[in-house]
Amino acid sequence: MFELYFLLLFMILGAIIAVEMKDLLSSVVAVGAVGLGLSVAFLILKAPDLAITQLVVEILCLIILIRATIRRDIPPLERGKEVVGSIMVLLFIGGFLFFAYSALKDLPSFGHPIMRVSQNYLAEGLKKTGATNLVTSVILDFRAYDTLGEATVLFTAVVGVLVVLRRIGRKKVGEIVKEEDE
Amino acid sequence: MTLIVKTITRLTVGLILLYGIYIVTHGHLSPGGGFAGGVIIALSFVHLMLAFGKDLALKKLSESLASFFESFGAIMFLTIALLGFIGGYFFFNFVFKGKPFNLFSAGIIPLCNIAICLKVGAGLFAVFVALVLLSSTTQKGNK
Repeated sequence: MFELYFLLLFMILGAIIAVEMKDLLSSVVAVGAVGLGLSVAFLILKAPDLAITQLVVEILCLIILIRATIRRDIPPLERGKEVVGSIMVLLFIGGFLFFAYSALKDLPSFGHPIMRVSQNYLAEGLKKTGATNLVTSVILDFRAYDTLGEATVLFTAVVGVLVVLRRIGRKKVGEIVKEEDE
Repeated sequence: MTLIVKTITRLTVGLILLYGIYIVTHGHLSPGGGFAGGVIIALSFVHLMLAFGKDLALKKLSESLASFFESFGAIMFLTIALLGFIGGYFFFNFVFKGKPFNLFSAGIIPLCNIAICLKVGAGLFAVFVALVLLSSTTQKGNK
């Protein structure tokens, strides 16, 4: 468990650096480091499916963020002294930590869930679905409705992006836009 | 990009695509699955686009083809789900299950993996293309 706490510390430091950094590209790289730490944390907690998905999605997000921030002159944010804001943030963080501590005390310990539904899946998953990867048998057989909903959400998101960012309609009539080679 | 990047890309991009296909087709046997494999396949095309430019990547997988694959994956997933009604209910595993640890086993699960892979890969590639094209147009607007 020592390496997990080390990773959590690393991720918290990366998040703080990402917030405080003036340069936008550096903070994007710090966010990428946080995602990489999360992926390794999943691997330590013995969830390789989640680790693969987290790693791959993190790389794609990092590429898109770097493409969006590189070669772009965004002026650094001017930060004045925000006394009231800082005090409010500290108050909320303190309240959150207090309630989180009192709530997390009553949680069942790691690896001993209260819900017993998953025991049934573990015992009969291979017999009922024939898939040796139990995660896949859960997301595509027992809980396939959730996967259908997730696919619908992704489809709607892609259609929305393609509609908002489409090129047809951005040009004026008769205008020829030369596309740069990226 | 420079010659080094182009050469390395020429060597690795096929391996990345093959690894994505492996993750998808073995999703019911080993860690991975349709979503992760689809993103890896999309990343191989993104890799091609970053190294060789937009024209070559769009020649391999054009924008209209990507949107076709995305719709096709969604419809394929829904069709598999609806075909379950011949056995009884939505998402019924109606195909012969086969022996565990075989590649052709687990009924509809590999088919669903392939459908989700087509959908996710083509969709994320289309989103990336749209974002890159938008950034080039706004840069031109600023100049």
